[in-house]
Amino acid sequence: MSSGGGSLPRYIVTRLLLIIPMVFILVTIVFLLLRVAPGDPVSATVGGRLSEAAQDERRAALGLDRSLIVQYFDYLGDVVTLRFGQTITDNRPIIDIVKDNGGATLMLAVGAFIVALVIGLPLGTIAGRFRDTAADVVIRIFGVITYAAPVFYWGLLFQLLFAGYLGWLPSTGIASPITIFEVESVTHILLIDAVIAGNGHAILDVLKHLIMPVATLGLLLSGIFIRLVRVNVLQSLKGDYIEAARARGISEVQVMRAHAFRNALVPVVTVIGLQVALLLSGAVLTEATFNWPGIGNELVQYINVRDYAAVQGIITLFAVVVVVVSIVIDIVNALIDPRVRY
Amino acid sequence: MTDHSEPVLSVRDLRVWYGTDRGAVRAVDGVSFDLHKGETLGLVGESGSGKSTLGRGLLRLLPEGAQTDGEILFGGEDLQTKSAKELRTYRGPELGMIFQEPMTRLNPLMRISEHFEEAVKVHAAGVDRQEVKRRALEVLRVMGIPPTRYRSYPHEFSGGMRQRLMIALALVLRPSFVVADEPTTALDVLVEAQIIAILHDLRRDFDTSLLLITHNLGIVAEACDRVAVMYAGRIVEIGSSDEVFRNPKHPYTQALLKSTISLSTTGLHFIPGAPPDLVDPPSACRFHPRCPHAMEICADKFPQPVSVGPGHRVECWLHGPEDQMTEGDTGPLEKKEEIGVADEA
Amino acid sequence: MGIARTLISPFRQTSGLARWILLSGLLLLLAFVILAVFAPWIAPYGFAQVRESGEMFPRNGPPSGEHFLGTTEGFYDVWSRIVWGARTALQVVIISVFLSVLLGAPLGLVSGYLGGWLDRILVLIMDALYAFPSLLLAIVFSFLLTDLFGGGVTAAAVALTVIYVPQYFRVVRNTTVSAREATYVEAARAIGAPKRTIMAKYLFNNVVQSVPVIGTLNAADAIGTLAALGFLGLGIQPGEAAEWGYDLQRALPGASAGIWWTGVFPGLAIVLLVTGLTLVGEGLNETVNPTLRKRKLRPFTLPPRGAAAVQAGKGQVDL
Repeated sequence: MSSGGGSLPRYIVTRLLLIIPMVFILVTIVFLLLRVAPGDPVSATVGGRLSEAAQDERRAALGLDRSLIVQYFDYLGDVVTLRFGQTITDNRPIIDIVKDNGGATLMLAVGAFIVALVIGLPLGTIAGRFRDTAADVVIRIFGVITYAAPVFYWGLLFQLLFAGYLGWLPSTGIASPITIFEVESVTHILLIDAVIAGNGHAILDVLKHLIMPVATLGLLLSGIFIRLVRVNVLQSLKGDYIEAARARGISEVQVMRAHAFRNALVPVVTVIGLQVALLLSGAVLTEATFNWPGIGNELVQYINVRDYAAVQGIITLFAVVVVVVSIVIDIVNALIDPRVRY
Repeated sequence: MTDHSEPVLSVRDLRVWYGTDRGAVRAVDGVSFDLHKGETLGLVGESGSGKSTLGRGLLRLLPEGAQTDGEILFGGEDLQTKSAKELRTYRGPELGMIFQEPMTRLNPLMRISEHFEEAVKVHAAGVDRQEVKRRALEVLRVMGIPPTRYRSYPHEFSGGMRQRLMIALALVLRPSFVVADEPTTALDVLVEAQIIAILHDLRRDFDTSLLLITHNLGIVAEACDRVAVMYAGRIVEIGSSDEVFRNPKHPYTQALLKSTISLSTTGLHFIPGAPPDLVDPPSACRFHPRCPHAMEICADKFPQPVSVGPGHRVECWLHGPEDQMTEGDTGPLEKKEEIGVADEA
Repeated sequence: MGIARTLISPFRQTSGLARWILLSGLLLLLAFVILAVFAPWIAPYGFAQVRESGEMFPRNGPPSGEHFLGTTEGFYDVWSRIVWGARTALQVVIISVFLSVLLGAPLGLVSGYLGGWLDRILVLIMDALYAFPSLLLAIVFSFLLTDLFGGGVTAAAVALTVIYVPQYFRVVRNTTVSAREATYVEAARAIGAPKRTIMAKYLFNNVVQSVPVIGTLNAADAIGTLAALGFLGLGIQPGEAAEWGYDLQRALPGASAGIWWTGVFPGLAIVLLVTGLTLVGEGLNETVNPTLRKRKLRPFTLPPRGAAAVQAGKGQVDL
């Protein structure tokens, strides 16, 4: 630790500082596209439904009557304070959408991530270790198919089978109305709230609703994970230290576990960080498929009513999440790999 | 040093071939030698002569698809007949290996202590961490690595220190035989001298037999009891270092010694022609196309191992056996297609 | 000539698995190209046709003689929608890949050639676009473009273009930078060859290798993204053309009621086309980047001792 330990905090600070320019660029791009290009968002959104006077009032309330430069800095301020603005159609602060719907998205994303890890890590390792064997070919085909099939197609097939044909699982929604009525919102994450309430029925109900969406999104990610893990296991199996370990009589199981797999994980962790973008895209589609009350579903609703401000706010929020997560992953990577700290 | 007790390692007619798109590569093609307890045997030859393959072949650390036959007798057991699982019990506590590039041979994510713990525990279950540390520090002390570095990561060490770590890691299990494959090629000259001194003292410190693969004849003269000269997959001359250096018998050995650069060198010598293609090697004696003394028989019949002194063996028709040669065999060989012309066309 | 040879060369270089991957991908792709090109002859009905000779098609009709993959809740014929959908998908993908090369390559060339602050800003913007979730980017753009151009093939293709521009930008820029720095450019200049000719040749040789791989993989991704936009109600509007993602969205409510034919078949079309494109891309990639291939030792049998000598007819055996 003599040479590396001291500089880890510094590394973390540098990475964290990188968030600022990245977010700045993304916010600017989204602002330019959605605020400047279409002209006036209020008339585009509610033009047909409100009188001119009412529209002017709405514009003033949203600060849209000021110059674009002022609006831009206004908006930057909104992002810095993590408020992200508010919707035009129902005057709802974006931050409220995060509060009300973020829990559902988080539950879905975390669950899917776990499913993807449970499927992807072992299958990817097996495919890499037993390269060009039947097992490798089958696993790779599985990977290609999970990637080729859109999430909503998996969702539809699951609904056909488990909800329609077998009738085992509810087809859409996060829980039955009775559960939502019974469980008090504490954390805004329904499963945890149900556990806190100690309501066995509610827990079971939420879990039943959770299975299909989580499996759908998890399957999408697992294909990517298999690919990543396989390639990196192949790469690390070529390492000189693998041969050296074998020369010391280390068993194959130990060589795979302690040497090949562990070294393969370092790049995998980095690239998994990049998959957060895919996870969010997938979550939007999964939520739309299962009518899952997450942020993505809200986004789709606002798209349908052409609410520019809402779309801008939610997209910016997603962009910030992607950037922050990718930098957190970098830091995690530095913790795993002693060489990265500089 | 060469006692005449049972040899530790006895190799008989070992072949290691690789199949490639162009045909089988005869990397090692019929090699025999003995290695005694505490003895250091130097293995020299040009790159591509099969030295490294021979070294790895002894531990049977070969790529899938390589084929071998012959015998590797270790403590009376033939390693060639052992299963992969049995071989693992040999690698480490009986057979050790030190590699050329120390920079990449340690797992970058594992502390030095973890490397030692893993190696010891695989072969001696039930040894606790303290005992591993005691044993490891003892070897590290001999290698000149301070105990304070025990929990460091590989990237915190220099190349020379990493090679000493690799040696320590091989020796902590007290193997009776170690292969060192060009252990100093990747290191600078000062560090090289340190490593050679350590290897030289192995016999005293650990009673280990060593096969030292190198292309540096200086190292052999300094650190080896005996030397084997390899050419195109075969050992063409073997004997005590003193004897071979003072009185080289094989034309290849002579050329090799001449081409060594030393302070007294006045001109650069090199061996004409290129190293042979091991897919389609020259007929009979593999050296005859480049040999200044080639005779008719050299292109015709494989040379026999001939004893030319105590423990000194050479495969060359210049040294007989005469009873297998006829009058016409000893005439100088007309070199036609073999050298130059065909290659340059 | 040169281009044709470059295009064919991966095929000659491949062997074993890589060739099978490439071949099966090409076959799948060919099937869809045939559907797309000959759609008017293959499809029994128009993509928005709901009645024939005055008689309405059944609603959610199961597969039958008249409609062998059934009809949708919008009275459309499923098989016809799939065939016309192939045409839409390929049109959109070809236009968007073409546009993104057309936009990304010159930008990358200028950026890499000129360097300086322009290069730095462009790289920063492209990196930011690349890091952005591609579906969300497509959503933003098609949200804008459907308002500006309406929901046709062009709007959808342009929306997808933006996602892929950064990749071509990156490849061409990096190649340009290394072409500028390549020592032999300097060397050739010293001889008197114009720098531009040399750079153009170097660039062409390198870009021609990587662009087909990126292009096919992007095309696969574009099919999925187009369907996703359709599924979300963005992208191509139902009156404009047949689109599989839209059909899947309409099929969703029927799924739990057991109406399977409206969703399963269009979805299958997406899976097969994306798989085909992915296989072609992977196959090309494995031939263009041979480092991915394993150098395999060939099986052989060790001949009995002395066989070499015997073969050579030279009798004497060593040892």
